Amino acid sequence: MPSLDNRPLLEVRDLTVEYDTGDRPVVAVDHVDLDVHAGEFVGVVGESGCGKSTLLFAIAQLLSSPAAITGGSVTFQGQDLVGMSEKKLSALRWRDFSVVMQSAMNALNPVKSIGAQFRDTIMAHDEPVADERPAEVLRLVGIDPIHLKSYPHQLSGGMRQRAMIAMALLFTPDLIIMDEPTSALDVVAQRSLMVQIKELQKQLGFAVIFVTHDMSLVSHFSDKLVVMYAGQVVEFGDTRAVFDHPEHPYSAGLLDAFPSIRGPKVPLTGIPGSPPNLADPPPGCRFQPRCPKAFEDCPKIEPELYQVGAVQARCLLHVKEPVRERTS
Amino acid sequence: MTSVDVNEAGVTESAAAPLLEARELTRHFRVGRGFSRQMLHAVDEVNFTIGRQEIVALAGESGSGKSTIARLLAGVYKPTSGEIFYQGRATSTYRSRKDQLSYRGDVPMVFQDPFSSLNPAFRVKHGILRSLKLHRRDLTTKAQRFEEAERVIEAVGLSPAGDVMHRYPYELSGGQRQRIGFAQALAHKPKLILADEPVSMLDVSIRIGLLNLMAELRRSEGVSFLYITHDIASARYVADRLMIMYAGHVVETGPTESVLQNPKHPYTDLLLGAVPDPRAPLNTGIEGDTGEPPKVIDPAPGCRFRWRCPLAVDRCHSETPLLRVLGKNHEAACHVAEPDTN
Repeated sequence: MPSLDNRPLLEVRDLTVEYDTGDRPVVAVDHVDLDVHAGEFVGVVGESGCGKSTLLFAIAQLLSSPAAITGGSVTFQGQDLVGMSEKKLSALRWRDFSVVMQSAMNALNPVKSIGAQFRDTIMAHDEPVADERPAEVLRLVGIDPIHLKSYPHQLSGGMRQRAMIAMALLFTPDLIIMDEPTSALDVVAQRSLMVQIKELQKQLGFAVIFVTHDMSLVSHFSDKLVVMYAGQVVEFGDTRAVFDHPEHPYSAGLLDAFPSIRGPKVPLTGIPGSPPNLADPPPGCRFQPRCPKAFEDCPKIEPELYQVGAVQARCLLHVKEPVRERTS
Repeated sequence: MTSVDVNEAGVTESAAAPLLEARELTRHFRVGRGFSRQMLHAVDEVNFTIGRQEIVALAGESGSGKSTIARLLAGVYKPTSGEIFYQGRATSTYRSRKDQLSYRGDVPMVFQDPFSSLNPAFRVKHGILRSLKLHRRDLTTKAQRFEEAERVIEAVGLSPAGDVMHRYPYELSGGQRQRIGFAQALAHKPKLILADEPVSMLDVSIRIGLLNLMAELRRSEGVSFLYITHDIASARYVADRLMIMYAGHVVETGPTESVLQNPKHPYTDLLLGAVPDPRAPLNTGIEGDTGEPPKVIDPAPGCRFRWRCPLAVDRCHSETPLLRVLGKNHEAACHVAEPDTN
């Protein structure tokens, strides 16, 4: 493993993903930058269709036609994953980074026992793995190793998702990418899974990129927060800073969309309207048609990411100094 | 078969009967066959009422029996024992197709998954017009039915109705599809809509719009809702009354605020602790509970929550707690819970 010094574990620079739809390409991920340091927990939030899952797939090099990376780089442990051969990638996958998918129901093979699926993963790599490793990782996520003989349908939804995470831990990777692992679970199972992920992270020291549409879920767990809207990063910063002072009206809207179980009961409105069609995004700021704070410049000028205190926000209300000139 | 006294006509004598009442409602499922045959107790002796224009939330974890209750009320399952009274009349006494149709029209269901509950091969108008044809004999002409279809589509906040009607489900977003689900239910002129986790498949930012829609429909159309959810925060937002279910039993019930501010049952505490609250200070560490609700197969007496309960005493292992009144309209099934002092 190359030494990392102070460089981030994962550096995403100017990443752009387009879906080829025939007439006009749809830009699902638009010049996204993202750094993940070793041991960090980064939450990526946004509505359906904002490009958060596409970003994940692009990082893990799992995109398939018609989606393709059309620009930018994904540097992981000093190597650029974009354009890397499948052979080299499969050596890295599971060993150095792994992906936990949204629906464990579909991600596990229904006709193979959990143990057999673990063995498949191990056999795909040359690295020697101790015989008791599968039992060990299951114990780590709080499942009795007896379930190595179980089939996915014999486990509850929460256990299946834990088994997926156990599989991701087989080689103790440096980075685990999670795509809404809790969205099919109820609140209690969700809570206990999140606590478990955080514990494991503390214990084993891997970094996590956690994608979700539920901002409140990551509020207690992530170090950094990326808010995406219509393929762009609209706000980025320390989770605490973003939650305390959301600087982009969209983040503020997302935060206001939750009914609270404590405090006074207030009528909520959510965010009116729906996300734009990415094949034909609105002019200027992409959030402007739904924005409660829009003013006359918004449809005319496309905002950059501006530094606002401790966070970066893509909103013309904060025009002072762009963080980085856009090169296009 | 039922343990409830019902007179010959199946009508209880009560003028001010609630809209719907369930008494000792029980549903068991057979699992395994031959010598390994066992009974899974999905819903056990549940009692509740739903009033007119009332929103009642039914909350609990996956597998607690919430959806089984919705299906019993919708007539998808027949109760193993117990009885459902609709406007004072036992539903088991419905014999004619007319009676059954009118009950189903009055108590429609909205499903959890808007992506699989609409037929992808038909336009949006198909489901609504079919319901209208079947359930609304007062609308005799096609033009009238179209007009009514437009009205219900607009009532759920989709416009222009004429345009939406002709779209296919794939052209709509998840939130819009779920609104169509509500429009189909509204087409029946319902009295009570059974909403089985109507928002759990939707984005958080869209959920609030549908919750507001439920509150609005209650006001404008005068319907009641049974809102099934595992998200207590959303239940608090819309519901008047809250019922908490655990492993087939209702463990706590009462006015929403009373249950949430002053939970009596330790399970309610657990559920409340699991709700992520972004407004809470960021570093509150809440202990994770890794237990899961038990599969209730041929249960012995005793509280079904006892294995996960921090307060369990000896009595909990031998005696099933029944709902006791512990506050104003507030009941909980727990041996340990204390009643309000005043």
